[in-house]
Amino acid sequence: MGACFARYHNVSIDDEVPISDESRLGGRESVGLVQTQTFTFAAPPGELELECGQKLGPITLAYETCGELSAARDNAVLICHALSGDAHVAGYHAPDDRKPGWWDLFIGPGKAIDTTKYFVICSNIIGGCKGSTGPSSVNPATGRPWGLKFPMVTISDMVRAEAALLDHLGIERLLTVTGGSMGGFQALEWAVRYPERVASAIPIATAARLSAQGIAFNEVGRQAIMADPNWQGGDYDGKQGPLSGLAIARMIGHITYLSDEQMHAKFGRRLQDRERFGYGFATEFEVESYLRYQGDSFVRRFDANSYLYITKSMDYFDLPARCGSLVEAFENVRAEFLVVSISSDWLFPTYQSKEIVKALKANGIPTTFVELDSPYGHDAFFLPNERLSATIAGFLANVLRRGRERAGRGSANP
Amino acid sequence: MNGHSKKRPTKLRLDYELIESLVADGAKVLDLGCGDGQLLADLIEQKGCQGRGIEIDEEATLQCIQRGVPVYHGDMLEGMSFYRDGQFDVVILSQTLQQTMDPPKVIHEMLRVGRRAIISFPNFGHWLVRVQLLLGGRMPHNRLLPYHWYNTPNVHFCTVKDFREFCERQKLGREEIFLSARYQRLSALLANWRAGTAIFQIERGEPLAPPAPGKPGG
Repeated sequence: MGACFARYHNVSIDDEVPISDESRLGGRESVGLVQTQTFTFAAPPGELELECGQKLGPITLAYETCGELSAARDNAVLICHALSGDAHVAGYHAPDDRKPGWWDLFIGPGKAIDTTKYFVICSNIIGGCKGSTGPSSVNPATGRPWGLKFPMVTISDMVRAEAALLDHLGIERLLTVTGGSMGGFQALEWAVRYPERVASAIPIATAARLSAQGIAFNEVGRQAIMADPNWQGGDYDGKQGPLSGLAIARMIGHITYLSDEQMHAKFGRRLQDRERFGYGFATEFEVESYLRYQGDSFVRRFDANSYLYITKSMDYFDLPARCGSLVEAFENVRAEFLVVSISSDWLFPTYQSKEIVKALKANGIPTTFVELDSPYGHDAFFLPNERLSATIAGFLANVLRRGRERAGRGSANP
Repeated sequence: MNGHSKKRPTKLRLDYELIESLVADGAKVLDLGCGDGQLLADLIEQKGCQGRGIEIDEEATLQCIQRGVPVYHGDMLEGMSFYRDGQFDVVILSQTLQQTMDPPKVIHEMLRVGRRAIISFPNFGHWLVRVQLLLGGRMPHNRLLPYHWYNTPNVHFCTVKDFREFCERQKLGREEIFLSARYQRLSALLANWRAGTAIFQIERGEPLAPPAPGKPGG
């Protein structure tokens, strides 16, 4: 199969973003080599009480950092990843890595989140499969992987785990917390749950609750996994696992991450490696080939049960319902906000960002809102975008400057 | 769409400075069509104001962000709809009223979210405009109105006299300031002939009172 997808190695969305020379290992805009670290906490009897009522512990979080924490500890930036992300946010693990971390375009010396100024932290969420405790981790009670016995985790639980990590790192207050999509859920949750710990938040291409449409797509993905006979009720450790189900879930996801306009521009109705229809069910269209490639490469790096748990945590996220209304949800928020939406995003349409903005403004919270004009759909925040870079850089610089001015005044007039 | 604002030249117009002088220290200010955010940045920096902007141009929005001015990227009516009643002391609309699709609605919203509105606009009653149309027989085209009929963003011109009448019909208290075409301060004498730019401070009902601190802006 590999050969017929070879052409796409240069065009697909999240795998094949062009890497500039400056961003290559050793380049002046690269954070260079990074290492994943782990932090374990909540060992019994101090387990984390999850929102669902169950307890979980010990919990391990995989995380990476780049840049340096300032002496005043006022320059920490927490990056929250989306559904399929991990702690490897920028730089390279090894000299022969084919590509850098998932948001390397925006993180590094001289980039939007400039690691010569800011200390960047990114951790894999709980429920994930990239080093943090999740359904593929070993259940201490049985010595076998949790599978579906893993308790349901929510966005709140993920954020509380991240807060424990920050305690461990000695970071009392974040300069900013940011993330796109589900990462944006976490950014909002942070600002609401820990008002004293967040100076600013940058939710990107996100919402205060997942829409019915979003839940619907998640459910189709889950059903694809659970309908795969190899899923075996989630108990597939040591076996092949529901690879085709997970691949289909990823294919569905990818459709929602693109836009009609971009699909048309990128694939149109072009055929893959053939001149005319074969009148059969082999992969014929380029768009089919692209989705198959995305699905097939995803199953090599992701756990199906994690996909079930994480999509479910997205479905449960609903700030307005939890707090009475979104305006009430933001009542105690102290952070200033930069809210970013993408014009062609139909999974998290702009109106959902505007709902956030409206509730923030009603609370008198300093809020900047930008709708990025981009044809690339939901995933546009993973792509090179000068305007997004400049927007984040400009916003962060002012948050840091004002914070330091306030701190300076504070120490001058105790 | 409302509020197609063009980027405004920095500090070029006297009306900018005049508007600044009309805003009290520490006031909560909303600037509609705030352009690159210069006016708000000055108010924040020099007068300790709490400034918020609304701007439809993406590039100008970015400049606001770089200046540290909180800005809403989008339509001004939509942006104002997000605010509670009386959230601002002052709402500013500088040289943009004539570009809005529904000026009464814009003014109504300004006076809902703000206690006072400051509106500046080019005076279509200026003698040069009248002469160009009367004698030249063509649409006015001059330093005040630099567009041609086919590319103008201006859709709702008015004169000083028109706007006074509007205020009276709407029972709005007002204060007037006039500038010449070269942005020199003018007396009210024959203002509808002489003024290139008019600046109206308006409030609901009674005459204008000195500004007082208000609720926090968002």
